Amino acid sequence: MEHIANIETAALDVKQIRKDFPILQELVHGKPLVYLDNGATTQKPLSVIETEARYYEEYNSNVHRGVHHLSQVATNAYEKAREIVAGFINAAQTHEIIFTKGTTDGINLVANTMGRRFLKAGDSVIISAMEHHSNIVPWQIACEESGATLKVIPINERGELRMDAYEELLDDTVKIVAVTYVSNTMGTINPVEDIIALAHARKIPVLLDAAQAIQHMSIDVQALQPDFLVFSGHKIYGPTGIGVLYGTTEWLEKLPPYQGGGDMIKTVTFSKTTYNELPYKFEAGTPNIAGAIGLGAAIQYLQQVGLDKIQQWEEQLLAYALEQLRQIDGLRFIGNAAHRSGAISFLVHDIHPFDLGELLDQQGIAVRTGHHCCEPLMDEFKIPGTVRASLTFYNTKEDIDKLVAGIKRAVSMLR
Amino acid sequence: MTINERQEEIKSDFEVMSNWEDKYEYIIQLGKDLPLISEEHKVPENLIKGCQSRVWLHTELRDGKLYFTGDSDAVITKGLISLMIYVLSGHTPKDIASSDIYFIDAIGLSSHLSPTRSNGLLSMLKQMKLYAVAYQAKNNQS
Repeated sequence: MEHIANIETAALDVKQIRKDFPILQELVHGKPLVYLDNGATTQKPLSVIETEARYYEEYNSNVHRGVHHLSQVATNAYEKAREIVAGFINAAQTHEIIFTKGTTDGINLVANTMGRRFLKAGDSVIISAMEHHSNIVPWQIACEESGATLKVIPINERGELRMDAYEELLDDTVKIVAVTYVSNTMGTINPVEDIIALAHARKIPVLLDAAQAIQHMSIDVQALQPDFLVFSGHKIYGPTGIGVLYGTTEWLEKLPPYQGGGDMIKTVTFSKTTYNELPYKFEAGTPNIAGAIGLGAAIQYLQQVGLDKIQQWEEQLLAYALEQLRQIDGLRFIGNAAHRSGAISFLVHDIHPFDLGELLDQQGIAVRTGHHCCEPLMDEFKIPGTVRASLTFYNTKEDIDKLVAGIKRAVSMLR
Repeated sequence: MTINERQEEIKSDFEVMSNWEDKYEYIIQLGKDLPLISEEHKVPENLIKGCQSRVWLHTELRDGKLYFTGDSDAVITKGLISLMIYVLSGHTPKDIASSDIYFIDAIGLSSHLSPTRSNGLLSMLKQMKLYAVAYQAKNNQS
C-alpha cells in the first residue's frame, strides 16, 4: 500500500483555513467563538459536511449486500474511505482497518476479545497513570473477568511516563501493553517507539490510543509497528460515531469475533456459523456508512492542507500559548512535559476550574474543565480537575491572546 | 415572604443587571458571603458529589419549618446555592415539596440546572425536595 504523502503547501494560511470551518464564524454569547476544546472534539470543514450530506442526498444505500446501483456506489465509497485511512496511516493491508464507533469502541473490541481468548489468572495487562477512562475501564473489566492483574506505569511530576518503572513492569506475565500516544489532559507525547520496542523484545503486543495524536502528527504504522492503534473520527475533523481500529493481520486473525450479526458472517446454520474474513469479521451490522465516508473526506482535507504544515503551526502556537499563559500571575501548569502536543492544563491560584471555565464561556471562549475522564491522574496530582485549553491548526495567536485576557478578567472577578 | 415572592424578588434584582459581568459579580459576591456550613456538618453524608464541583447540604427542621445551610468548592455554584437557600429555607416541608423553582431559568442560568453540567446544583435541589417530602411523610404519620 502506498503511503500518501502530504501535499506540500508554502505555509499555513490560517485566515484562509478558518473560512473552511463554518462554525468558526459563529457567535457565542454575542462574541466571536474562540474554540479551544479541540481535545474533546474538533470542528468540521465544509467538505466533510457536504460529503456526508451528499451521501444522504444522492446515494444513500446499504453496503455489501445490494445488487442495485445505489448499493454499489455506497459500497465503493465506504471501501474507498477504508483505503484512504489505510493510506493515511500507511497500513500494509486495507483489511487491517476496522471501522468502529470510535476510540472507546476500538479499545473495548481488543480488550474484550483479547480477554476472552488470551487472558487468564496470573497474566497481567500494562496501562499508564495518564490514561483516559476509555483505556482503563475496558482493561479492568477484562482483568476482572479473566483473573488477570492490571499494572500501571507511574508518571513523574512533569507528567511524563517513568520508563524505568515501565521496564520493571515488563515480565512474562504481561499479555498486552495499552498506552496513550498523547495525553488528553497534559498533552504529553509519550516515547511510543521505546514503549513498543521494549514490549516487542518480549513478544508482547502493544495497543496505542492515538485519539489525541492522529490529528497532530504523521503516523506510519509500518514504521512504528504497534500491534493495534485506535482513534476517533470526530477528533480528526470528521463526523461523530465513526472511528478506526488498526490491527496487524496476524493479531486480527488471532482474535475471536467481538459482536455477532450481519456482515461478519460467511454462512449461518443453527449448528455452525463461519465468520467472514477481515475486516468484516469485526464489523457486525450496518456500519456508519456516512460517518466512514465523512472520515475519508476529513483525511483528504488534512492531506490537502498538509500534516507537516499543520504540525509546524501547532508547535508554534503551543509555544506561544505556553509563553503567554506563563505570564499570568498565579497560573500553574498541570503537566510540564518536554515533548507535548495539543492540550494545556492549568489552574490559577486556588480558583476552582469550574468557575474559571464558566467565566471564560461568558466571554465566548470554549475550554474544558473537570477531570477530563482521567480521575486517577487528578488523584495523582491531588487536584479536583483542571482547566484545559486544547489547540489545533485553525486556532490563531489572537485566540491565545483572547484566552489570556479572558483568564485575567475572570480572575479579577473571582478573587 | 412565600417561596414565589422570593423568586420574584431575585428575578427583579437580576432584571436591572445589564451585562454578564454584573450578574456574575453579584453571584460571586453571594458565594463569598454565604455563611459556611458549620464544620461539624461538612461530613461525607452531607456531600453531594457533582462531576465538576462538590456541594454540601445540611438540613434542620425547627418549629415545623426546614432550614438549610450549604457550601461548595466552586464560588459560582456557591452563589447559586445561596439563592436556592434564600428561596427555600424557612418554609414548611409541604411548601418546599410542592414548589416550582423557576428563578434560575428566569435569570438566564438554566444551564446550571442541566444534568449534564453536573455542578451539584440540580442534585442539591433534588435533595432539598427529597428532605421536604420525607419530613412531610413523617408529619402525616405522626
